[in-house]
Amino acid sequence: MNQFQYVRPTKQKAAIDALAKDANAQFIAGGTNLLDLMKRGVIASQKLIDINRLPLTKIESQNGSLRIGALALNGPVAEDRLVLERQPLLAQALSAGASAQLRNMATVGGNMLQRTRCPYFYDTAMPCNKREPGTGCGALEGINRMHAIFGFSDKCIAVHPSDMSVALVALDATVLVSGPKGDRRIPFNDFHRLPGDTPQKDTNLEQGELITAVEIPDAPFTKHVSYYKVRERASYAFALVSAAAALELDGTTIKSARLAMGGVAHKPWRLTAAEQVLVGKPATEETFRQAAEVAMQGAKAFKHNAYKLKLGPNTIIQALKTAAAA
Amino acid sequence: MKTPEKQIGARMNRVDGRQKVTGAATYSAEYQLPGITYAVLVGSTITKGRITSIDTKAAERAPGVLAVITHFNSPKVPGFDTAGKDPSQPATVGGPIKVFKDDKIRFNDQPIAIVVADSLERARFAAGLVKGQYAQEKHQTSLEAAKSQAFLPTSAKKNPKHPMNDYQRGQVDAYKTGAIKLESEYVVPTEVHQPMELQAITAHWEAPDRLTIYDKTQGTMATRRDFAREWGLPEENVKVIATYVGGAFGNALHSWQHESAAIIAARVVNRPVKLMLTREQMFTMVGYRPYTWQKLGMSATPDGKITAITHEAIGQTSTFEEFTESTLAQTRMMYESPNLTTRYRIASLDVNSPIWMRGPGEATGAFALESAMDEMAHLLNIDPLEFRLRNYTEQDPEKNRPWSSKFLKECYQLGAERVGWNKRQLKPGSLRDGDWLIGYGMGVGTFGAHRGSSKANIRLLPNGTVLLQSAVTDIGPGTATAMTQIAADTLGLAPEKIKFELGNSNFAQAPTQGGSAIVNTVGPAVQEACLALKEKLRTLAASSNAAFASAKKEDVVFAEGYLTLNGNPAARVPFADLLQQVDGGFVTVESKPQGNASKNYSMYSFSVHFAEVRVHALTGEVRVSKLVSCADAGTIVNEKTAGNQMKGGAVGGIGMALMEHAIIDDRFGRYITKDFADYHVPVHADSPDVQVAFVNKPDPYVNALGTKGIGEIAIIGVAPAIANAIFNATGKRIRELPITPDKLLV
Repeated sequence: MNQFQYVRPTKQKAAIDALAKDANAQFIAGGTNLLDLMKRGVIASQKLIDINRLPLTKIESQNGSLRIGALALNGPVAEDRLVLERQPLLAQALSAGASAQLRNMATVGGNMLQRTRCPYFYDTAMPCNKREPGTGCGALEGINRMHAIFGFSDKCIAVHPSDMSVALVALDATVLVSGPKGDRRIPFNDFHRLPGDTPQKDTNLEQGELITAVEIPDAPFTKHVSYYKVRERASYAFALVSAAAALELDGTTIKSARLAMGGVAHKPWRLTAAEQVLVGKPATEETFRQAAEVAMQGAKAFKHNAYKLKLGPNTIIQALKTAAAA
Repeated sequence: MKTPEKQIGARMNRVDGRQKVTGAATYSAEYQLPGITYAVLVGSTITKGRITSIDTKAAERAPGVLAVITHFNSPKVPGFDTAGKDPSQPATVGGPIKVFKDDKIRFNDQPIAIVVADSLERARFAAGLVKGQYAQEKHQTSLEAAKSQAFLPTSAKKNPKHPMNDYQRGQVDAYKTGAIKLESEYVVPTEVHQPMELQAITAHWEAPDRLTIYDKTQGTMATRRDFAREWGLPEENVKVIATYVGGAFGNALHSWQHESAAIIAARVVNRPVKLMLTREQMFTMVGYRPYTWQKLGMSATPDGKITAITHEAIGQTSTFEEFTESTLAQTRMMYESPNLTTRYRIASLDVNSPIWMRGPGEATGAFALESAMDEMAHLLNIDPLEFRLRNYTEQDPEKNRPWSSKFLKECYQLGAERVGWNKRQLKPGSLRDGDWLIGYGMGVGTFGAHRGSSKANIRLLPNGTVLLQSAVTDIGPGTATAMTQIAADTLGLAPEKIKFELGNSNFAQAPTQGGSAIVNTVGPAVQEACLALKEKLRTLAASSNAAFASAKKEDVVFAEGYLTLNGNPAARVPFADLLQQVDGGFVTVESKPQGNASKNYSMYSFSVHFAEVRVHALTGEVRVSKLVSCADAGTIVNEKTAGNQMKGGAVGGIGMALMEHAIIDDRFGRYITKDFADYHVPVHADSPDVQVAFVNKPDPYVNALGTKGIGEIAIIGVAPAIANAIFNATGKRIRELPITPDKLLV
């Protein structure tokens, strides 16, 4: 771990200014990922700007949406009455992530910004274009059983590890950011990037920008929802594959649907084509199977992750079944 | 007066439980000696080759740094030149790498430098500044690729009676001509011990020729011997303290390079040095359960009698030490098979040396044997429990002699009832609850009931309490608690009046804790020491009280402030009078196995594990919904701590079966699973409430207590029980551990 400066501003503007003028600075909130990365030498920030004193923890009902402050903690958000009533899919996804201890430290903003768990990214003695552009992708010809089947490039095949983000992309959330050039709103699906030729950039945030909140529009997905996460133990592990499913049912007919996957791409993977398959059809396993088939179009496996081509659709089916039965 | 209740068998709480849960227990990294310094190791980033240079300048200039030691400037360690030349040393093959002695790199993350600073943070920062340059050579870290170069261990080549030699009864490979036969290959991958407490040492040169180390070790005396030899010191000049050990599972059965490095560093800075490995270094700088490939052939008659078994295994070792373990031992004695062949080989890889991990080779071997038993039962369309009963051994078929005791049938019955074995269907995939397939499986375990020799110190204190001391360590089973119970019954004294001190090489000689042998070995020494103390006190009391002269030592009774006699409460001698005569010293007793029992009888503990699993039909997720472990381990000294050991072993077995897998990317020779995010061990949600049952019948021959040992049989057989249950649930036979969802989706 390198030596670094540490500041703790209490005003949002001061925090943004501090970051904007220092390319080697970084925000720290819960620190559950950043500190690990610094201890391993993956990230060597010269300055940490602790934003925990900024007033960004509120969860509030707005006209037509639910607004969750960027510093609201994952654990409390998952148990919040408003969230449970209006966005139960988000609560499920949050509860599926990490451990109780980590959820009580990790923030909503930080959760979106967590880095990939690709082991080549974590080991400074191995090649990784995301950590050190130009060194190559260790996973491409390596042990890639946890890696992407959608949207990868020959520079990077890592996956995004967040559970929460899978629910948020399904729920059409918006990320609110504030920066040196003012405030802007980023649709959740545009927040994370595909690796392309610049895998070092995980998101479309610009230098100096601070996530202040996420907004989730009200929608009729308060009952038939399921975040189904398949992992190698019952709790406290990253997803092999996960699926977020939300259904609006009229009797047994699907009026509208939202579907996304985790553990399959460099970003939370929204499945709009598969959603279209569901709409107007009966909520049966056969319908879910058709949607899953469409969802998997274009998927491609590497040496060690071919199982995801089967686990992917099965997880979607399981999530939809669970959602329909909820 | 009231006779104290019998303590052996009682569910007594741990005598050190309070210290452990309140943080009062001091572990090896927690000794804050005056002038303490902190060290961090730097590991190589290549797997094989030579160090051409190490840039230490920046680290040396970093704040608070006291020393940066590499092979370029390390002081001469006298034992590094003489090691292996001492004819009194046991005939081991190879030896651990001598740290900082030369430029050779033999495995990835091999220590190349140690940085000592005045704080841990400064040492860690400076360690990050040390950069090695290497001349890299081609390496091999894959056992699958090195299998063709596997060889018979040198210990076996040198000694035809060595158990690592090929074994034969009846005809060679007779299964090949059997009527009903199977031949399957199995893989148990590398697993790491990763106990909660990291490997840690605090090294302190109290004088130029006197070394004290506070060390995470399973054997204070073995560690003392190793470092006395390394520094050319008499053993009494080296003191090893390991009062508390936060789990070990075999990881601390070996002296590793980091221990030598810390001692060297303490020599250089002339201050105490504290060194704790990181979680990542626990994958590389210490041992692990070796990747092992196995092939098992078996034939049987249609009515379920095994006619032949051939079991072969190849385990990995390093290029500098030949590590072996008893992978094939259970196969030779568990089932009545007239024809039986075993062949054990090892293959050298560019990795650190393995070290026995709980259950060691037997747990690896049992995965193959007990899976094959299930496969054969399925082929024969016979219930797997019935199949095992048809091949039950009433005497040891390997040594052709009786068992000292064997109550495995009783274990089968207990376990089958508790798990609900009668619900099991012969046809796989028959039971279902919604999306979950349900199956039942069993696996058998055995481990030698070893007893060595040991000493115990005992002493009566003025307040009427008794102090016992032993160099033995406690890596978690509750050694001091069990010994207190044994002493309480033998002395007739309440357990609160007994103190058992351990974990110090200056105490009475005891073996290293491992191999399920401590209660078997140290228990009798404690028992005999208690009797010796009673006899000594009786003799002393006889000089002032005639009634004691004619009494037996068994009748001596401790009372409040005085000694009396059973059935003669009038006879009493105050402790104060006795202590004047005993001069306050210890009575030391040595206890050894007596007679020919170990030659005339085969001594083993036995266990059986029954699992009920649920497998998700779509996702391949596995949940162990019931796990029942039953053991024939002789007398159970403490059902609470013994049950705790069984549960811990069972949970370890869940890890072995379903998730533990240390993976090396062979292109680099580096682990890609280097933390608990990538290397999975079971969490609470993965473990059902493990049910434990003991037969609890004393073994008449192992020792006077009737104990046989628990630690290993707690895990041996668990992984195949789960694998067999998965087969019963799904019809999918997975022969390569761990059984992760991807393998069940294919």
